[in-house]
Amino acid sequence: MKKESLYRNSVILSIKTNSIKMLTKRIIPCLDIKDGRTVKGTNFVDLRDAGDPVELAAMYAEQGADELVFLDITATNEKRKTLAALVDRIAHRINIPFTVGGGISSVDDVRVLLDHGADKISVNTSAFKNPDLINNLASEFGSQCVVLAIDTKQHDDGEWYVYLNGGRLATPTTCLDWAKEGVLRGAGEILLTSMDHDGTKQGFAKEITGLVSRNVSVPVIASGGGGKAEHFAEILHGYADAALAASIFHFREVDIPDLKTYLDKQGIPVRKNI
Amino acid sequence: MKIVMIKYNAGNVQSLKYALERIGITPVISDEPGEILSADKIIFPGVGEASSAMKYLKEKGLDEIIQQVSQPFLGICLGMQLMCSHSEENDTPCLGIFPEKVKLFKSTDSSQKIPQIGWNNIRDLKSDLFKNISDNSYSYFVHSYFADLGSDTIATSDYCGAYSSALHKQNFYGVQFHPEKSASVGESILKNFINL
Repeated sequence: MKKESLYRNSVILSIKTNSIKMLTKRIIPCLDIKDGRTVKGTNFVDLRDAGDPVELAAMYAEQGADELVFLDITATNEKRKTLAALVDRIAHRINIPFTVGGGISSVDDVRVLLDHGADKISVNTSAFKNPDLINNLASEFGSQCVVLAIDTKQHDDGEWYVYLNGGRLATPTTCLDWAKEGVLRGAGEILLTSMDHDGTKQGFAKEITGLVSRNVSVPVIASGGGGKAEHFAEILHGYADAALAASIFHFREVDIPDLKTYLDKQGIPVRKNI
Repeated sequence: MKIVMIKYNAGNVQSLKYALERIGITPVISDEPGEILSADKIIFPGVGEASSAMKYLKEKGLDEIIQQVSQPFLGICLGMQLMCSHSEENDTPCLGIFPEKVKLFKSTDSSQKIPQIGWNNIRDLKSDLFKNISDNSYSYFVHSYFADLGSDTIATSDYCGAYSSALHKQNFYGVQFHPEKSASVGESILKNFINL
């Protein structure tokens, strides 16, 4: 009993004196991959080449990126083999967690990627078309490695709807309904991309990100629209657990160490002094 | 030096293997008792669910082997939780190396997501495992269950309250976070374990 009350006191003390010691918000650069090279489009078109993914990833890890996402948009028969080889190279080199996504549609696909060193995988269209995939992945590998990626767009009725196939195909399902169902089925994180904001550099989609975040028990990663440090501060201040961006990092419009210094000044917990 | 990583049904062993390779260690991955007992150091990784992992360990007789080892032994994440006395995850009796119990996080407000995913501080560090690691360094965590604070606690973190982010008793060590994914801090901790 004595010991327990001692611990309770130490908890209270630590809350008072170490209120900033806590889980930090994550900054996640995303690398779009095609045929083993990094690309990034604006609103999903106009691809540009931004270099070797492994070199870029290593640079981000050294700069203090908290995680990385690799999204493979290769659509050839060789895809599985080249992606597995790339994942292997990344895993050998990188000492922070990384997620791999893009066209993953089966338990076997995922097993190959995890066996080559991926920490998490993300599923999007395939999970929407076959929701049991989420259950199967969660029971086979655990929820911690299943990220449900959702592309969403707001319609004139004010609702946000799920889009498939890289944003080319609309569905009648709302983003919130699908996010909730995905979590019930075992998704461990939601990666939410607002197509309305993606590529605009005008800020993240606060409204829908916050709505999803308040209604699911798992972390939500905001994606689409981050253009400057202020945007990250806005979305991480109560709307999302992590924020993802691509080209602004690739083209050094936003520098990760500067971004973290800024967020820290804004009172947002981030991992610094690594 | 022979480092054996215990192979069982709960573990994404590849990232740990690569992390060890980055610090110059080529681990042996095995579930053979002879191989495990002949190691200089043993690592017990783990990502998955407690009851199915315990069931598998028992079927393979690995539960008794683990309790017997006298070499430095490091459990990671679920590995550490399985070294505790009991887990609330499917009400599972565990290996009982550490008397601490494993409980489910209970969030106190809706912004505290479960699982905890991300980088959190480790503090009140007291073990050679944390040699040259400063208090409040960041480590990467992914977990829904946590070990209580207790007499074996050698690192503390806070999420829905304070909990044990590392445990130590005799030759047995456990860390809740993933050193293999915790950047340079994690690499130093793995090196410290190798050099124990």
